[in-house]
Amino acid sequence: MIKMSGIRKAYNTGRIKVEALKGVDLEIGAGEFVSIVGPSGSGKSTLMNIAGCLDVPSDGGYELDGESVEKLNMSQLADIRNKKIGFVFQAFNLLPYATAFENVELPLIFGKVATKKRQDRVVELLGRVGLQDRLGHKPAELSGGEMQRVAIARALANNPKLLLADEPTGNLDSQSGKAIIDLFEELWKSGTTILMITHDFNVAKRTNRVVYLRDGLVVTKAADIAQGIKSWKHDRQFDTA
Amino acid sequence: MFIRQIFRDMRGQKLRSALTLFGIFWGTSALILLGAFGHGIHAHQVKQFHGLGENIVIMWPGRTSMTYQGLPKGRAIYLREEDVSLLKAQIPDLGPISIEYQNWGISLKRGKVILSSQIAGVSAEYGDMRNVIADWGGRFLNETDVNLRRRVCFIGNDLKNDLFGETDAVGQVVEVNGVPFTVVGVMVKKGQDSSYSGRDEDKLFMPYTTSAMMFGHTMADVVVFKAKSLDKHNDVKDQAYKVLGKKYKFDPLDKQALWMWDTAENMEFFSSFFWGFRIFLMMISFATLIVGGIGVANIMYVVVKERSREIGLKLALGAKKGFVLVQFLLETLFITFLGGATGFMFAMGIIRMFPSFDLEEYVGIPSISNVEAIASVSLLMLIGLAAGFFPARRAASLNPVQSLKM
Ligand SMILES: Nc1ncnc2c1ncn2[C@@H]1O[C@H](COP(=O)(O)OP(=O)(O)O)[C@@H](O)[C@H]1O
Ligand SMILES: [Mg+2]
Repeated sequence: MIKMSGIRKAYNTGRIKVEALKGVDLEIGAGEFVSIVGPSGSGKSTLMNIAGCLDVPSDGGYELDGESVEKLNMSQLADIRNKKIGFVFQAFNLLPYATAFENVELPLIFGKVATKKRQDRVVELLGRVGLQDRLGHKPAELSGGEMQRVAIARALANNPKLLLADEPTGNLDSQSGKAIIDLFEELWKSGTTILMITHDFNVAKRTNRVVYLRDGLVVTKAADIAQGIKSWKHDRQFDTA
Repeated sequence: MFIRQIFRDMRGQKLRSALTLFGIFWGTSALILLGAFGHGIHAHQVKQFHGLGENIVIMWPGRTSMTYQGLPKGRAIYLREEDVSLLKAQIPDLGPISIEYQNWGISLKRGKVILSSQIAGVSAEYGDMRNVIADWGGRFLNETDVNLRRRVCFIGNDLKNDLFGETDAVGQVVEVNGVPFTVVGVMVKKGQDSSYSGRDEDKLFMPYTTSAMMFGHTMADVVVFKAKSLDKHNDVKDQAYKVLGKKYKFDPLDKQALWMWDTAENMEFFSSFFWGFRIFLMMISFATLIVGGIGVANIMYVVVKERSREIGLKLALGAKKGFVLVQFLLETLFITFLGGATGFMFAMGIIRMFPSFDLEEYVGIPSISNVEAIASVSLLMLIGLAAGFFPARRAASLNPVQSLKM
């Protein structure tokens, strides 16, 4: 599903050039449920954004679902984001003035789905995340967990093969966080490939693979991983590694 | 569907849309009103200036300052009624001309009102030339009045108020030194910022023939005349010196034998002032446009900046750049158009209603040509559109990640 080789990403902020990714090789097969862990600033979000075609790498190759992404123009990338990928943000990123229904409808509008079909689909999606009775609510009238479920429903709108989530439980209490991960597990079992950033040991535990990122590189040395995981278990937070 | 979404997005953001709308409304109406009042004041100034009459020559008797054909200087030169006929006969390019006899401190009586006023004896041609125009329902003195030495009079609007108050004066009788005169007209209110013998609104005008008979004038106080066309103006003045110089034996170049005051000359003198005034107005309009433009641009810019997260999100969800931009453009177009149109109508409404506020004496009547108004509104809307569109285009050209972070 995802095949990255030698991915680099540099940010030019004035005089300082930050290299967020320094040559990441990563392969994720269809049907996997993978968590990305690593200290803050290690490049997790950068990697996720590139995986989701929200950003382009400075260097390296990226193949998504068998298609090389580097040569695509903005319009083609937009199509990929719309059809193949569902993105869940830590901060939900819902339009504040639109209802749950209208928020979920957006990717379907951009995907030019016909009105009737679109409306049925929105109702179905919100039902699937347990919000069938919240269609007309605006984000401000929803709890954090409910907002994130609206965001997940939105991410699933066009039936993407790949679901990407950047700390989806980061802004939630543990109860709502668990419900979100339950939902992810369900989606994974029904065939969606999921890549998720997390700081939470209990969340990472439930995925079938953990990728450990440090200083813009995937850590592969067994000893380093063991060291990281040890301190992680101790603190329940990976950051301290 | 697309349009529906735009309206939903706008409805969802009522406050922001309303503020933007108001900003553009305000900018537009301020621009138009300023322009219109500028025009009005300008026109008012010009009218005031012409209150005495446009391009007329006022000629007084004087004293020679040069010796001529053996005659000494310092001789008094007088003007008489027959000089008017002489000038008419000798100068083909001469337009209207009138003798003017002035009588000061004449008692006027109407009912219980008695007052002292200034009286001018003039010809029928005097009215148009001197901008002494009859108000609705009346007329100025005519040829017959003059030929028959009728006891009729035309009165200034202020004098009319003093004598008659609110009641109609035309057809009524005023006693001039005890002799009854019929009022044939009342002067239309006018601006007059210069004079040679008091303000016309305070005067009573009667046929010069009647005046001569009543007060026994033989010498004119003033002769007022005008050339047939402005390009003959100086020519006619020179000719008048020649014709009268020949008759009264003074050097045609002796400008003190007869004094001439010339409102055309004044006009030339003041035209640089008006020119300056016009430039000043243009600068004000331009400054308003800039200020209005900056205001509108600023509003749009803030709106777009605030919304670049929204743009980023839509892009992240797979919206095409073009889709986002067209939505933004239409939305901006709608708001600027609505704001511009309501501002335009508001300003035009005020301009229409203005005459009923009774302030035109001070600032004139504001007016603006449709072309000018529409041009400035369009320009403002264009600025609004550009200010809304270009930042939006920039936001839409970034990576979704970047616009999401803005
Ligand atoms: N837009 C940006 N401009 C400049 N530097 C950035 C930008 N985004 C991220 N970085 C830097 O890149 C590094 C990795 O950031 P990020 O991928 O957000 O890390 P993580 O998500 O693992 O905390 C950090 O040093 C961060 O400061
Ligand atoms: Mg991050």
